[in-house]
Amino acid sequence: MSQGQLEIIAIAVVTAIACALVGTFLVLRRQSLLSDAIGHSVLVGIAAGFLVVASTTSPFLLLAATLAGVATVALVELITSTRLVREDAAIGLVFPALFSIGVIIVSRYADGVHLDTDAVLLGELAFAPFDRVVLLGWDWGPASLLLMGVVLVVDAAVIAVLWKELKLATFDPALALTLGFAPVALNYVLMTLVSVTAVGAFNAVGSILVVALMIAPPAAAYLLTDRLDRMLVLAAAIGAVSAIAGYWVAAALDASIAGCVAACCGAAFVAAWAFAPGRGLVAAVRRRARQRVAFGQTMLAIHLANHEGTPLAERESQVDHLRDHLRWSPEFARTVVESAGRAGLVTRAGEVLVLTERGRAHARERLVV
Amino acid sequence: MSPAVFLADDYTLRIVALGAIALGIVSGALGTFAVLRRQSLVGDAVSHAALPGVVLAYVILGTKEPLWLMVGAAITGFAAILLVGAVVGTTRVKHDAALGIWLSVFFGFGLVLLTWVQRRPDASQAGLDRFLFGQAATVLERDVWTIAIVGLIATVLLAAFWKQLKLLSFDPDYGATLGLRMRGADVLLTALLVAAIVVGLQMVGAVLMSAMIVAPAAAARQWTNRLGAMTVIAAGVGALAGSTGAVLSAQTERLPTGPTIVLVATAIVIVSLLVAPRGILARELRARRARAGLEAQVVLADLAALERLHGGPHPHPAATLSAVTAADPSAALHELEARGLVVHDGDGLWSLTERGRTEASRR
Repeated sequence: MSQGQLEIIAIAVVTAIACALVGTFLVLRRQSLLSDAIGHSVLVGIAAGFLVVASTTSPFLLLAATLAGVATVALVELITSTRLVREDAAIGLVFPALFSIGVIIVSRYADGVHLDTDAVLLGELAFAPFDRVVLLGWDWGPASLLLMGVVLVVDAAVIAVLWKELKLATFDPALALTLGFAPVALNYVLMTLVSVTAVGAFNAVGSILVVALMIAPPAAAYLLTDRLDRMLVLAAAIGAVSAIAGYWVAAALDASIAGCVAACCGAAFVAAWAFAPGRGLVAAVRRRARQRVAFGQTMLAIHLANHEGTPLAERESQVDHLRDHLRWSPEFARTVVESAGRAGLVTRAGEVLVLTERGRAHARERLVV
Repeated sequence: MSPAVFLADDYTLRIVALGAIALGIVSGALGTFAVLRRQSLVGDAVSHAALPGVVLAYVILGTKEPLWLMVGAAITGFAAILLVGAVVGTTRVKHDAALGIWLSVFFGFGLVLLTWVQRRPDASQAGLDRFLFGQAATVLERDVWTIAIVGLIATVLLAAFWKQLKLLSFDPDYGATLGLRMRGADVLLTALLVAAIVVGLQMVGAVLMSAMIVAPAAAARQWTNRLGAMTVIAAGVGALAGSTGAVLSAQTERLPTGPTIVLVATAIVIVSLLVAPRGILARELRARRARAGLEAQVVLADLAALERLHGGPHPHPAATLSAVTAADPSAALHELEARGLVVHDGDGLWSLTERGRTEASRR
């Protein structure tokens, strides 16, 4: 593996982890789509910043973009606070308007300058290693890697310092307010982190794929655990694995790295959706099948108990008869009889089923309750 | 130059404006339902999820015929919405996160396909991505017809299933108990929305298409509480934003059409939020009036109480009242005077009139 490849993978992994950390809180606080809004508003910040400093490389642009992201959230909350428009509509009003202002600024004042609106949305990781920081005669590495490294450290530090506060404000904002934890201020701290992370990430992966990195890994982690600390770690791990897998898929297909990383995030979410222990689709199907058999056992026990000692007992206890009486398919009848036998509820004498003491107790218990 | 003259003169502008008006009407009317059902960001999701469909249509059918690209876009856009519903229905992941996931993952997948196609030797795929970013300036007459046809179909279906769609928007559980097929209504509405979004995409682009769904409906909501009126007003706002935006951008150099339309629509929303009957100014005015009415009542009651203390009619200076009510009573006194409930003499002493006395004792 060349150094360039290694650097691209490192950028992708660091970006994915930073996005997963802040994204976890977005998913839990039902603010996922603010990442989408912030991602789009970045353009207006960069365009406005360009108007001020007339440069496309100044670090001032990153600051302006971050401010634009926070302003987006503030505007959404201002509109929502009038209670005339709901939050989803407020988001849908604010970011296209800001994006439009950005597009107009670019086409009026920055035409011909390299400030491509598409580039903001798409991003291209493959070129990231060419933009290097050379300081004091020393090559410090790709600018994106350093930038995202700093962003990751800041994210992790703020989350660690405000751990208790963020946790409480996320799960019980009302209690946080009564305890004096200032959930509004915390919200803006979090939104500033989201904005900083989105700005840092967008030039590597583009603003749409920031959404994938911020939402899909935490959502997958959300299906795997009930604890906030584990969810953060899992989300970061899922993001990092998706980033590495995405890089290799992209290399194999010779396609967009950012796109492949997003697709891998999606695949990770689908895997969690299908196979999450206890919560996934497969677990749900198996649980339902188990419940069907358990219910069948109970029905069988009650049926046998019902006819026990009556003149019809002989006929009603035939395995074949279950099909007519309980309308079971032969396969299902066989499954139930076998499992009931294993559970010690019935014993089998040829074609005739006999309740055990345990089976009788089971039937009695279920009938009474 | 008035817009009408301008429109009549310039063929290109006429087509662009007609397209923008038609798109505004269709997305405004359909957006009404999306906004009421708290699915405002469906436009955003569908327009991003359209990308893989566009590229797949090109790869499979080998054509850049807009109609087929639109069909591809509609299929993946619709699939994304279905997946959002499936995730919300079977997991504890909430609607916002589900939307974010499929929007971005579909877009990412589309990007993979697009870059993969672009690296193939033939160059015929050039411009596929244009579909997603939109170019209102290059609207053709046939695009206008496409939107008009979609609009016509949407109007007929909205009228035919009005009752179902209304129940779906406000009380789907009640609709289901009436035996109406709410799931079917949901699918119908989503399909219409997807069609409108996909058609609009190539005109105004993904980001701006979401605004065309949300803004007219959000503005219309401020002017009425009735679904029918809201739908019509939203369509009107959409048309107004479309035509104004198109004309403005044509008259001004380097003012791109799509963003201009969006900003005009946003301006209409802001004005509506401020001045509409349920808007911010009206609410502020109502609150102020209620406050003044309450203050006047308090002052009236205080005057009556003072009279009782003195055992009969007794004029008081405003200062006494302010000591009692602990506020500046002059505005309230003047309002009461205008209603003929109090009078003041030349020394600035206030007393109740006969009517004021009756009014105070009624309370």
